Amino acid sequence: MQQQTIHIKQAEKKIWSLLANITDPEVPVLTILDLGIVRSVEITDTGIDIVITPTYSGCPAMDMIATNIRMELLAAGYEKISVKNILSPAWTTEWMTQAGKEKLKAYGIAPPSDKQQVCSSGLFSPNEAIQCPQCNSYHTQRISEFGSTACKALYQCIDCREPFDYFKCH
Amino acid sequence: MNSPITNKATDQLINQSTDQLINFLLSLADSNLILAQRNGEWCGHGPVLEQDIAITNITLDILGQGRNFYQYAAELISQSSGEPATEDSLAYFRTEREFKNLLLCELPKGDWAQSVLRQFFYSIYTKGLYTQLLNSKDDRIAAIAEKSLKEVNYHVRWSSEWIIRMGDGTEESNQRLKNALKYLWPFTGEMFIPADFEKDNGVDLSLVKNEWQKNVQNVFEEATIATPDINMVMQSGGKQGIHTEYMGFILAEMQYLQRTYPNAEW
Repeated sequence: MQQQTIHIKQAEKKIWSLLANITDPEVPVLTILDLGIVRSVEITDTGIDIVITPTYSGCPAMDMIATNIRMELLAAGYEKISVKNILSPAWTTEWMTQAGKEKLKAYGIAPPSDKQQVCSSGLFSPNEAIQCPQCNSYHTQRISEFGSTACKALYQCIDCREPFDYFKCH
Repeated sequence: MNSPITNKATDQLINQSTDQLINFLLSLADSNLILAQRNGEWCGHGPVLEQDIAITNITLDILGQGRNFYQYAAELISQSSGEPATEDSLAYFRTEREFKNLLLCELPKGDWAQSVLRQFFYSIYTKGLYTQLLNSKDDRIAAIAEKSLKEVNYHVRWSSEWIIRMGDGTEESNQRLKNALKYLWPFTGEMFIPADFEKDNGVDLSLVKNEWQKNVQNVFEEATIATPDINMVMQSGGKQGIHTEYMGFILAEMQYLQRTYPNAEW
């Protein structure tokens, strides 16, 4: 019995490593594991159950991510794959891995702050101190709380003048 | 052992409560979808690029929230009626009288003041409503509410800041906000007139109303705008499928492609 459990754990580990090959279609430097949207992987008598959660309700990438998971596992010889979308607990940027944050920065997108500052509902809240991914200056300003995708805000560096996306806290 | 009559009565009661749950989900989904369709008219037409992106981002959020409610409703309809329903069939193949959205959501987008004020009223309303739904006995509704609330908080802040900016801004912006308020206010009361499907699903709209009134008033005060009487005679009917003259035009545009070329895909 114990041996069987170990066997299943190892098989699940194999699936996790395959999932690490799948990237976010909108931010291709991030894998879905970096984003923290894969909530569980389970091997059951009937097949493989994978649970994912969306970053935002309207995230258009979710259907594609679910399809890509299926394709990746089919290509590796797996069958009877179920990809389920759950909403609770709601995704938060706190689930993003440290490696993911570093990749984002190298890609030119400011990663979410470790300490969430603007998730309060206070009006006209002061700009969050976001570091410019180009020149590392904290002398930056928010242009808009909404950016090119649901998960980003628009910032500009006052020192190097470069506009950049900030993966906003959520 | 139960008599057959009692069994039948119980079945009927279960059917009724499922129907009311479906109606409730459809009303939530429809309001989000129709408002998303209206706000979508701003795409490429916003006053400046950043605000064009902001309102379309908000629109994407509420469209996603609507989809979550439609998907749940579609599953229940498929199970209880045996006729397969999908989120798409519910959005594209129902008629005007079957839509249960708030009248507020179907009104024309008007100018920026009108669209932002509507978003403000709606976001504060959904914030109160979804907060209550966090405690829903239905886990799936509670989960959608939990997810949606994180997004709605952003919408409330964005629209509140705009109300203050316009009300306490120039003579022109102040006047436009007042015009929008005069037009939209009679459509706000409908949010708090409970339909049977809301009562049956444990929603207490009087609590939502109190909270809404307080929050709207706070922002209006800062915007130097007087809050109109909330107990005046209000327009209603959307929840029962009785819509304004605008609704047919929205559906004609939104549903045209699917009705002409059923199951067409991108």
